[in-house]
Amino acid sequence: MSDTPILSTHGLTGGYGDFQALFGIDMHIDAGEVVALIGANGAGKSTFLKSIFGLLPVDRDMVKFEGNPVGGTPAHMMVRRGIAMVPEGRRLFVGMTVEENLRIAIDNARLPEGEGPWTREHLFDLFPILREKRRQPIEDLSGGQQQMVAISRALLCQPKVLLCDEISLGLAPKVIREIYEILPEISAFGTAIVLVEQDVGLAREASNRLYCMLEGRITLTGVSQDISRDAIAAAYFGASHAVA
Amino acid sequence: MQWLDAVIQGVLLGGMYAQYALGMALMFGVMRIVNIAHGDVMILLSLIAVSLAGVLPFGNLGLIVVIVPIAVVIGWILQKFILNKVVGADPLPSLIATFGLSIALQNFMLELWSADTRSLPNSDIASASFQIGSIYVGLLPVIVLITALVLTGGLDAVLRFSRFGRGLRAAAADTEAAAMTGVDPKRIYAIATAIAVGILGLAAVFAALRATVSPSDGSAQLIYAFEAVIIGGMGSVWGAFLGAMVLGVAQAIGLRIDPGLGILFGHLVFLAVLATRPEGIMARKK
Repeated sequence: MSDTPILSTHGLTGGYGDFQALFGIDMHIDAGEVVALIGANGAGKSTFLKSIFGLLPVDRDMVKFEGNPVGGTPAHMMVRRGIAMVPEGRRLFVGMTVEENLRIAIDNARLPEGEGPWTREHLFDLFPILREKRRQPIEDLSGGQQQMVAISRALLCQPKVLLCDEISLGLAPKVIREIYEILPEISAFGTAIVLVEQDVGLAREASNRLYCMLEGRITLTGVSQDISRDAIAAAYFGASHAVA
Repeated sequence: MQWLDAVIQGVLLGGMYAQYALGMALMFGVMRIVNIAHGDVMILLSLIAVSLAGVLPFGNLGLIVVIVPIAVVIGWILQKFILNKVVGADPLPSLIATFGLSIALQNFMLELWSADTRSLPNSDIASASFQIGSIYVGLLPVIVLITALVLTGGLDAVLRFSRFGRGLRAAAADTEAAAMTGVDPKRIYAIATAIAVGILGLAAVFAALRATVSPSDGSAQLIYAFEAVIIGGMGSVWGAFLGAMVLGVAQAIGLRIDPGLGILFGHLVFLAVLATRPEGIMARKK
C-alpha cells in the first residue's frame, strides 16, 4: 500500500444549513481496506458519507482522494473520479427495470464496462437471482434483491472507494450474510470500502479497522479485532472517550 | 357521415395539440417541472416566425430550420438560468418562476408585436386539401399529425433506449440518487428542456400556418397541453399523444353539436377523465 491513503478527511465539519452535525472528523482509508463506521442513530455517520461524496457542502481541503483535495465536488463528478455509494434505503429508480438501473451506472462509470473489474455478468454470477429478474421492474423485487441491485449499481461505476450506508438495514439475516459475503471479493480488487453499520458485531467482523462516532465526533478508532467490546460500548454510548 | 367527419377533423386537430403537449409531457410528465410559460414560449416562437417570414427567403416550412434551433437555445437558457435554480422535490418554486416568466413574456410580446393577431403568409400547403369519399381533409393538418406521430415515436425511443433518456428518467425518479450514479441532473435537465422547447418551435410554425396567433394566446395552448398530458397519463409520451387525440376529438364533436360548445366539450372530457381515472389513460402501474 502506498503512503497516501486513497481517501482521507481532515478536520471535516459540516451539516445541514445552520445545523452543524460533524465536528472535525479525521479519517483515512487505504486501497483494498474495509473500514467500518459505527455509531448510534443521529451520530452523524450518514452525514459524514454524504459530506465526503459531495452531497453536502464542505471545504475543498477537508476531503482528499488519492492525495488531491476534492471536498465539495458534486457527486456525479466523484463517481467519475472513482467513488461510488450504496445509499441508505437503496434509492433505486422506480419505474425502471433491474437492467435499466444497472445501465445508468454503466453509462456514467469511471471506466467502460469491459475495462473495469466489474461487469454485469460477473455481478449476475455473484447474485444469480438478478440474472433471472433483470427485465423486471425494480419495485417487483424483494428488499434483499433490491439491495443486491443497489450494490451492483454502485460497483458498475467501477469505484476505487465504495461507500456503503446501512446496507443491512431491514433485511433478513440470511440475506445480510449473503451480501456481506461479497465484501472480501470487492476489496480483493483493491477497492476500499467504508461501511456505515449499526450492527456492531457485523461491522467488527467485516472490517479491518473501525471508527466509532458519537454526536458528530470520532470517539474511538483502531483495528477492529483488537478493540474490546467494553471500549466500543463506552465510545458508542458516550460514557467516556477512548482510543484503542 | 357528419360524425365520422368530426372524428377525423378531431384527430387532425389532436395532431396540433400533440405537438403542444409533447414538450409538456417531457417537462411536466417526466421531470415534474410545472412550466406555466409553456404556451407563451410557443406564441413567442410563432411571432418570431411570422416576423422572420417577411425577411428570410425560405418558404413557410423552411422557417422550421431557423425556428427550431432558436427554440432549442431558448429552452436550454430557460432551464440553465431559471429552472435549474428552482427545480427540486417541491414543484411550487418552478411554478412561481415560470408564472412570472409568463407575465413578463406576454408583456414583452405585446410591446413588440402589439395585441394584433398575426399568421404566416398563406401558402399552397396551408390551403391544399384532398377528398376521401365525401370528407375533405386538409393537407397541412395531415402533415401536422404525421409530424406529431414521428416526434412522439422518436421521443419515446429516446427516453427508453438512449443514455440520455435513461439518465433523464433516473434524475426525474430521484435526482440525488441519479447524481450518485454519475448523472449530472442539471445538465441533463437543460438538454431535456432544450428538446421540449425545440418541439414547441415546430409546433409554433405549424400553429402560425394553421391559424392566427396573438400575444395573449399562450394560456389556451398551456391548458390544452396540460389537459393532454393529464388525460393520457403522466410520464407516458404516447399517453400525451393519446390525450391530445381525445381532446381534439371531443372538441370537434362538441363543435358539431353546437359551434359554441367545442372547447367546453374538451374541458368536460378532461374533467370526466380526472373524475374516473385520475392517473390518466396510459399511466404506468405503480
